[in-house]
Amino acid sequence: MKKIFLFMIVLGVFAATSPAAIADPATDLKNFQVFFKKKFPTVPFDEYSNGLYALPGFEVYKEQWTMYNEFPPFELGLAIGKKIWETPFKNGKTYASCFKNGGKNIAQGYPYWDETTQKVHTAEMDLNACLKKNGEPEFTDLDKNEAVRVRLAELTAYFYSLSQGQRVKLDVSSPGAVKAYEEGKKFWWQRRGQLHFACANCHMDLAGKNFGGNQPLSAALGHTTAWPAQRLEWGRLETIHQRYKTCNSQVRAKPFKHGSEVYNNLQFYETYMSSGLPLTAPAMRN
Amino acid sequence: MATDKQTKIRTKTQGGVTDVLVLVSHPMETGQRPDPKDKDKKVPAHYIQKMTFSLNGKEVAATDLGPAVSKDPLIGIKLKGAKPGDKIKVAWSDNKGESASEEATIS
Repeated sequence: MKKIFLFMIVLGVFAATSPAAIADPATDLKNFQVFFKKKFPTVPFDEYSNGLYALPGFEVYKEQWTMYNEFPPFELGLAIGKKIWETPFKNGKTYASCFKNGGKNIAQGYPYWDETTQKVHTAEMDLNACLKKNGEPEFTDLDKNEAVRVRLAELTAYFYSLSQGQRVKLDVSSPGAVKAYEEGKKFWWQRRGQLHFACANCHMDLAGKNFGGNQPLSAALGHTTAWPAQRLEWGRLETIHQRYKTCNSQVRAKPFKHGSEVYNNLQFYETYMSSGLPLTAPAMRN
Repeated sequence: MATDKQTKIRTKTQGGVTDVLVLVSHPMETGQRPDPKDKDKKVPAHYIQKMTFSLNGKEVAATDLGPAVSKDPLIGIKLKGAKPGDKIKVAWSDNKGESASEEATIS
């Protein structure tokens, strides 16, 4: 615990002494990754892409995970995603036409800051925009309609699978991007819900421990690299926003809407914190 | 959209024993679950009843499955004496009369 306090104090001092340099994502990134390096000195950096299975003390979960990976059940969903990706629209074009390089090896730059719309764009948003551009019905009502959301998750999973192994690299150079980043950062460190937890409490301070019995808590580093993922509990591919929603309700906070700007910014912040890690999506998760 | 049932096969040979794993996308409804829309009704049963494995056209294993098996089941057998290049065929049928089969080559 002492270490964590120290880390927070250092952050506090940093923020207090240099008001002009509050928005310095590069320093944050360094602090963030050094935090985990000190917390789990035996875990190699790239292993964080495998989520909680990389952490010491979770060998039992890792064993189960390795068995699952021999024939991972998300392959069924991924095959559906592939089919959707390859099925042409009415005008003959496919999803690949909306993306640079046909959608290959570009997911490491997602989510990104878009200057024209002044918003963070996620892969899900771009896939929907592609449908709109080609006059097709979009994926809507993602909060209530599970079937539609799972289809979008499967499609996004296939999109991410085209970039598997690429290292996360986000651009936060423009002032707008820094602003979105700061919003996400605020969400990350802010306590919420009846249980009064911030994201950082569970996924930094308590990372590597079991929560309330057998809910293993993953390290925040590498969180985003595996999503869309299939959880054992859910038995289907789901988007990262759905995970954020369930995470929020687990601390008894009211979840935000799927695809809301709050989650976009959070995803932007979290993905930036995982800079340099290879993408492993889709994957199995507890 | 693409919701047709999929049957996927994966094989792995180690020390003369071949592991054959089959993953089927199937709802495996027990018939006991209440309909989420109408609580007085139940979701009709829909589960795989029979699954057979044949090696080069000859049946080597058959299993009777029931409602106790999970959704999207993963079923495996161990085969002795299968050679690389042999064809393994898996066929299943469910209580609604739906059936499918898939073939794979042992590597």
